[in-house]
Amino acid sequence: MTAAALELRQVTKRFGDQAAVDRVDLVVPHNKVVALVGESGSGKTTTGLLALRLLAANGGQILLDGQDLTPLSQKALKPFRRQMQVVFQDSYASLDPMMTLGEIIAEPLGIHGLFTAAERRDQARRWLEKVGLDAGYATRYPHELSGGQRQRVAVARALILGPSVLVADEPTSALDVSVKAQIVNLLQDLQADMGLSILFISHDLSVVRSLADEVVVMLRGRVVERAPTDMIFAGARHPYTRALLDAVPVLDPKARRRRSFMSAEEISARTPRYRAAELETQPLVDTAEPQLVALAGSHFVEAIVTG
Amino acid sequence: MRLVEIEDLHVSFSQHDGLVQAVRGVSFGLDSGESLGIVGESGSGKSVTCAALLRLLREPPAKITAKTLSLSGHSVLGISNRAISTLRGRVAAMVFQDPMTSLDPVFTIGHQIAETILAHRKVTKREALAQAVELLRRVEIKNPGAVTNYYPHQLSGGMLQRAMIAMALSCEPDVLIADEPTTALDVTIQAQILQLIKDIQAETGMGLIMITHDLGVIAETVDRVVVMYGGKVMETGPVEAIFSAPLHPYTRALLNSVPGQTAGKQRLVEIAGSSPNPSHPPAGCPFHPRCPLAVAECRQTAPPLETKAAGRQAACIRVAAEMVAA
Repeated sequence: MTAAALELRQVTKRFGDQAAVDRVDLVVPHNKVVALVGESGSGKTTTGLLALRLLAANGGQILLDGQDLTPLSQKALKPFRRQMQVVFQDSYASLDPMMTLGEIIAEPLGIHGLFTAAERRDQARRWLEKVGLDAGYATRYPHELSGGQRQRVAVARALILGPSVLVADEPTSALDVSVKAQIVNLLQDLQADMGLSILFISHDLSVVRSLADEVVVMLRGRVVERAPTDMIFAGARHPYTRALLDAVPVLDPKARRRRSFMSAEEISARTPRYRAAELETQPLVDTAEPQLVALAGSHFVEAIVTG
Repeated sequence: MRLVEIEDLHVSFSQHDGLVQAVRGVSFGLDSGESLGIVGESGSGKSVTCAALLRLLREPPAKITAKTLSLSGHSVLGISNRAISTLRGRVAAMVFQDPMTSLDPVFTIGHQIAETILAHRKVTKREALAQAVELLRRVEIKNPGAVTNYYPHQLSGGMLQRAMIAMALSCEPDVLIADEPTTALDVTIQAQILQLIKDIQAETGMGLIMITHDLGVIAETVDRVVVMYGGKVMETGPVEAIFSAPLHPYTRALLNSVPGQTAGKQRLVEIAGSSPNPSHPPAGCPFHPRCPLAVAECRQTAPPLETKAAGRQAACIRVAAEMVAA
């Protein structure tokens, strides 16, 4: 079996006594888009930062194409950083206002000491075109662009090094509806062209449905469900995943309905229960704490297992 | 009763490098008990329209002109600050996207709601605080007595938005204007807040204007829709008609571009290009540079908002032509 593009094994991050990320397992296979969804405070953004090693984990392993990054120093990490890049939500904050777009896009090449200055400028212009902007934008500044155009620049900067993994943290959340579709399509096209593996962090389940191969649902630092996208939308097993899906506004006024809302306690009380014999893998039995168990069809859910 | 009447509203802002035309000839109205959604993207003029209605814009730099701009029969054009402040709260109250910036961090929630009540009614401070507790109960805050003593930073985003709604309801307004009230909230909290707003509207019979960029929020909450783009109204009509058979090419494109409507990984239907620059809006129809149906005339003359079917209007010369062709 070949190694996944990105894998997190039992990764934990504590802030004080609180585990923001609690023994998270996550796999992004080669050339796939895995969506990490959850609400504010779920730990999804922290998980992204841990995967990028922009934040140090308290425990667990982070593997990039099978190579364990956890023991590496920042210096030893540098060559791996080329393979793993990031796009954030707020392109206004993540693009330096004093630099031209050409300089911004070419900067990663300079940091890694690649090419001559003239070659870097050419590459930046080529990337502007690849993300759907005119090469002439190279001499412009971030404030001259719309939100969607800035996000295109952020994508170009992230991909100019030819990474194998892209972590995209809410890249479309600040965008207007009509522009959101443009950026989702751009990511899809580049993913196909470059064979990229994407960890797509989002609270927007509609975008996730159109973009992701697999969905990982987080709640209070824990992964509560993980399955192929269609299975999440058609047959979610965890009560929290169902609550999330149920809350999404429906685009049909005739389908209006009164929803019932569950408290956190009610969701916990409805944690699925399985007998060990029903499961694909052999879990620990009769532990009081829920654990992520395997169902048929690469579907994992946090559940309580009895013997 | 006509709660809101807006006729040919124009709002512009003078800036050092010219004039920003945020609203360019908008007309619509709201009857009592009715809920109206204004949907549009950033820069469409949807928020500025309602801010002008409540005269919340600083004039200058803002310049507001209209044939009619009235709240419950009172014209708000050219009236004094004092006159408008008696209408705000009592006739029309507003809830904004970000409650954290709307509330004062150094006063308790109870104090701030009581202050609103005291500004409009002749009651004692004690009575006002008691009413604040009742209002918090009404927005389904579980321990309203305790919450009156909380400061804004002690509440979650959803709780703060409930408190803002309580404050808006404190003077029993004829119309509630909610400007992206759930945009900053998690999806499960959003569903709860939308349900709350609908319940309160049904209970009080007040009018509701819901301003949002989110078509799903529109589909879930309102009876009638105004679609705005580039400072103009593109289309109006009953919510079911807008969603099942949109008339304006912009409305159609917007609905088609919403992701996740069907199962499976797929490319989305995008609207090429970007929204018009309000400093230099295009001549003619503001949507023509992105419109698949645009013809020469669309580039020259802005089409008027015309009745195309019962209760439905659209500002598009191509709609009728296309309907005849089909």
